[in-house]
Amino acid sequence: MAKSAIKLKINGAEVEALVEPRTLLVHFLREQQMLTGTHIGCETSHCGVCTVDLNGMSVKSCTIFAIQADGADVITIEGMANADGTLHALQEGFRQMHGLQCGFCTPGMILRAHRLLKENPNPTEAEIRMGIAGNLCRCTGYQNIVKAIQHAAAKLGGREYLEAAE
Amino acid sequence: MNDQTPPTREMREAKLEGMGCKRKRVEDVRFTQGKGNYVDDMKLPGMLFGDLVRSPYGHARVKSIDTSKAMKVPGVLAVLTAKELAGVNLAWMPTLAGDVQMVLADGKVLFQGQEVAFVVATDRYAAADGVEAVEVEYEELPVCVDPFKSMLPNAPELREDLKGKMTGAHGPRKHHNHIFEWTVGDKTATDTAFNTAEVSIKELISYQRVHPSPLETCQCLASFDKVRGELTVYGTFQAPHVIRTVASLISTIPEHKIHVIAPDIGGGFGNKVGAYPGYICAIVASIVTGKPVKWVEDRMENLSSTSFARDYHMTCEIAATKAGKITGLRVHVLADHGAFDACADPSKWPAGFFNIVTGSYDIPTAHISVDGVYTNKAPGGVAYRCSFRVTEAAYCIERGMDILAQKLGMDPAELRLKNFIKREQFPYHSALGWEYDSGDYHTAMNKAMDAIGYKQLRAEQLAKREAFKRGETRDLMGIGVCFFTEIVGAGPSKNCDILGLAMFDSCEIRIHPTGSGIVRVGSKSQGQGHETTWAQIVATEIGIPADNLTVEEGNTDTAPYGLGTYGSRSTPVAGAAIAMAARKIKAKAQMIAAHMLEVHEGDLEWDIDGFRVKGLPEKSKSMKELVWAAYNKPPPGMEPGMEAVSYYDPPNMTYPFGAYFCVMDIDVDTGEYKVRKFYALDDCGTRINPMIIEGQVHGGLTEAFAIAMGQELKYDDRGNLHGGSFMDFFLPTAVETPHWTTDHTVTPSPHHPIGAKGVGESPNVGGVPAFSNAVNDAFNFMGGTHIQMPHDHWRNWEAAHSRGMHG
Repeated sequence: MAKSAIKLKINGAEVEALVEPRTLLVHFLREQQMLTGTHIGCETSHCGVCTVDLNGMSVKSCTIFAIQADGADVITIEGMANADGTLHALQEGFRQMHGLQCGFCTPGMILRAHRLLKENPNPTEAEIRMGIAGNLCRCTGYQNIVKAIQHAAAKLGGREYLEAAE
Repeated sequence: MNDQTPPTREMREAKLEGMGCKRKRVEDVRFTQGKGNYVDDMKLPGMLFGDLVRSPYGHARVKSIDTSKAMKVPGVLAVLTAKELAGVNLAWMPTLAGDVQMVLADGKVLFQGQEVAFVVATDRYAAADGVEAVEVEYEELPVCVDPFKSMLPNAPELREDLKGKMTGAHGPRKHHNHIFEWTVGDKTATDTAFNTAEVSIKELISYQRVHPSPLETCQCLASFDKVRGELTVYGTFQAPHVIRTVASLISTIPEHKIHVIAPDIGGGFGNKVGAYPGYICAIVASIVTGKPVKWVEDRMENLSSTSFARDYHMTCEIAATKAGKITGLRVHVLADHGAFDACADPSKWPAGFFNIVTGSYDIPTAHISVDGVYTNKAPGGVAYRCSFRVTEAAYCIERGMDILAQKLGMDPAELRLKNFIKREQFPYHSALGWEYDSGDYHTAMNKAMDAIGYKQLRAEQLAKREAFKRGETRDLMGIGVCFFTEIVGAGPSKNCDILGLAMFDSCEIRIHPTGSGIVRVGSKSQGQGHETTWAQIVATEIGIPADNLTVEEGNTDTAPYGLGTYGSRSTPVAGAAIAMAARKIKAKAQMIAAHMLEVHEGDLEWDIDGFRVKGLPEKSKSMKELVWAAYNKPPPGMEPGMEAVSYYDPPNMTYPFGAYFCVMDIDVDTGEYKVRKFYALDDCGTRINPMIIEGQVHGGLTEAFAIAMGQELKYDDRGNLHGGSFMDFFLPTAVETPHWTTDHTVTPSPHHPIGAKGVGESPNVGGVPAFSNAVNDAFNFMGGTHIQMPHDHWRNWEAAHSRGMHG
């Protein structure tokens, strides 16, 4: 199949590539760019493990073609760590609050939470739960994911994290 | 600053991060950075992709398969059908349950989604193109998806390959669609108990067909090296060593030339125990093409073909006195196994450990019989986040207890308290053959009832019911009570094996000269955090900090043989092997310490991270020093080095238990519900890492919530699967999922080296009845005895409607 040239920014780096028009963004990222942190779970945009940040929006990369990302600015889990190599507050928050188990949903969950906190830096529990409703997790029951995001929100906001009482 | 101050005992203990501490997970460092290594992340040079052609019909004759157009699709290199597989004697494969299963359709198809042909191509898009181009001609046959109808005299014969074979792997077959009948208990005594009973109940309690659906589907990457005659298979395997042995047995490749490697696994929940046709096809395709071949299920394939769970239809009868003392239990189960009996149970247990159905109660006599039947549905029958058929058993008895309480006009918690096995009765021999190792049910139940404010809740419910009758509210309040006992840790070689392999587990520990080491284990984590917790056990046992220990699982070349991770067996079996291997290390260290300190071994005592002379605490040797000595200057006659291996055959199962309470409000007019409170008290014995235990409980409860309140793999009369995608199959999001409150008591297992019992599956086992009992409890004051799961909004509305609650 004929290929088309695309040019985009991935995790801050300029990338030029040839893709089939039908290649999904997630396959382009995983198999052509070897950025395997973005996962595939359902191919119907329900589970969210393929979530990346595209032009300042959370996007499920299993239901968008790579060619649609031409000219876009894409962030994946591989681009989340801080410039100095330290972990992003969300990456740290997920570990501190036991917000992951098998780890399969985690990259998508972190990318979604990243955009959520950009839009709403100090969300309530209800706002977090609604904000991550497009991302499924089968292991954690979400309770500790909520805490992980609150932990990160506090750190990013320069506040001390206070765990809610039972 | 005084560097000479010796660390306090607390500091030394804290440094170990041993058992009982909330150690942060080692795994998270890579998972939070997208650096996990899952099967589909792997890429080998020259790698090809396989994709499956599947049956659109529930039951049909395969008249012809034409692959010629597919072979012309750019990138397609080969198409395998049963014909090609028959050439290597692999058109059919053995199942774990003693049946056989078609790898690719051989003459007919028996369920929608069945594997028909395997297309091999240069990339996954070309393989999918090839699948579209394979032409299969079918002739539809009568379909049977209802297990009750499949046993009728005129039901279509599904398994023509078994024609005339009236004996199966588990004894006689009564009908052409019958698989086995399994009975346990004293029938005569039980019948007598019912004939003389003051009160009895009888109810058909169905547990619908559901699916574990981990977010990562089943997948593998097979690579056959023709020159060396060696096969390497990377895959989503909960039991990699078993896969290696099975692969060797069916391929005739010697076992030492097969390398099975399970890398990071994105959730299992029972889905990844079995061997599936896709694995066999990928292996054969790699042998045929000489190239690595990857096979990755998509979500619809996962839901429609690999390992459903449950589909148990249980007729539960309980006999009791008017005062509420249970005198007998009788259960018949119609078990729908689908088209092939591919249940993942220990070989001699065709209905798993369903005979734990007497639950937490002192029931003098009981009898169960289970009939397994074939239908035109996908094979499987896995232990989805539970030990083998234990969640079905717990659901049966815990619903039955509520139904009995209702009939007696008794409070369901009070009925349970009245019938519990008492603390002094342990070890307790159940009427159905188990020896419960330990328990303290009254303490746990009373603690839970106090914590939730049970009496006040019942008073509130009574007031609400009166208000409802007066027309002042349209909300119903349900209180779900559940007290479960699990049976996990399969299992003792005297009664547990898989294809003849005793269900032991194993650990190998190597401590390096500088005092760090590697711990290799036969289990395989799929998110349970073994890399974190296994090191905690070793740290406490031998005094080397957990951070200085690497835990490795999943590579059959390096890990000692183990039976894998499922049925909450890792902590009870592998966890015991770890402690036993560590104790061998410690025993050698003690001999070295005695030599170095010039005392008798018996004069030494263990002190956190080393040995000291009793009464002379200043005379001591740390583990670090003792390890160095083992490599540097071992005592005369002693072999150098510091290694140990342990294979652990458990003397008994373990019996975790718990008290769960669910408070739910249901809108009569819409059927919508709100879980007001869910309280889970678990007793899993010794607690290795409370943070991880809590996480396991949260996750298991969420899966229980999904099952009780919405999940169902439903088939229509033509054998079409409804619920084959995440659009239709309920997986709760963060919005629906309730808030969980966890609690615990600690009753250590008396036979386990560290007293631990396993916890990962308790919340699913106990959670489902708690939710279902809450829904039933909300409605039962208006009549009726049992509402079938799943309790989605429609069914709740229907329950209200059928009770005349809509005016």
